[in-house]
Amino acid sequence: MLAFLDMGGYAAYVWPAYAVFFIVLLADYLAPVFRRRHVLRELHARMQRQKARQARRDGMPTHTDTDAHAIREHTTS
Amino acid sequence: MKWIPRWMHELSSPPVFYRFAGVMRPWFMGFALLLTAIGLYGGLVLAPPDYQQGDAFRIIYIHVPSAEMSLFVYGVMAIAGFIAVVWRIKLAESVAMQSAPIGAAFTFITLVTGSLWGEPTWGTWWTWDARLTSELVLLFLYLGVIGLFHAFEDRRQGARAASFLVLVGVVNLPIVHYSVQWWHTLHQGTTVRLFGPSSIEGDMLWPLLVMMLATKFYWAASLCGRVRTDLLSIDSGKHWVRDLADREGR
Repeated sequence: MLAFLDMGGYAAYVWPAYAVFFIVLLADYLAPVFRRRHVLRELHARMQRQKARQARRDGMPTHTDTDAHAIREHTTS
Repeated sequence: MKWIPRWMHELSSPPVFYRFAGVMRPWFMGFALLLTAIGLYGGLVLAPPDYQQGDAFRIIYIHVPSAEMSLFVYGVMAIAGFIAVVWRIKLAESVAMQSAPIGAAFTFITLVTGSLWGEPTWGTWWTWDARLTSELVLLFLYLGVIGLFHAFEDRRQGARAASFLVLVGVVNLPIVHYSVQWWHTLHQGTTVRLFGPSSIEGDMLWPLLVMMLATKFYWAASLCGRVRTDLLSIDSGKHWVRDLADREGR
């Protein structure tokens, strides 16, 4: 086992090479997993905000004052 | 385009491809891991040490498959890029752009493992040998494609512009491949041939071939994951993505 790990004296070259291979490919494999979660969460949050805004707009009486208020709120958000 | 088979046409629809890639990805990765276990057992344990290089030659089992993939991925990226430029198919644009980081990863691995192999056998980490230099140019091409793609506000426009760069960069592929024949410098010539006898012993050869197959499966898994995720961003306004975000985005 120790002889295997020693790689005939070339352990300092062989094992780092294998480490780079596995680490880089693992990172490449996991990148879309995290990205996918991020994209779906972001979109879900945006849809919630849209829904809330729509509900507020629907529940509002058509008075000029509140309309102006809604517009101000819309532009600042 | 009547010559395109029906199943291909259906598969190029983003929601269909999304589901297909999600089912296939774990299978591709499973085969990749299984083949890697077999290949590395053969390469690191069963194969005898090289009579000149000793055990340092065992870097071949990751270096050569990665080098081959660095060219293979570029080839796929070029085909997808061509389709993206000519027919403007959404999936082709995605495949072309999502291939670039995978190719860059393999090219990076090739350069680093080659360097770690060069030091004990050639006595140098790096030299401006034709093969090494053209492989470095390949890495810059991949990075250039990624950079150009992200420089555009509009994703689809960026994908087509970067696909154009991909097509221009195709000239580098034969240079990388034939560099060891055209310029006789430090890097050794071809030892593995698809047609005709290879100049490597069977005990050392079969693990290498298994590893080359393993990296193909890995590539398929990686591309499925990346394109699948990319389609969500591209189609974020569409119903199928919004339904998905409703279910899985909380």
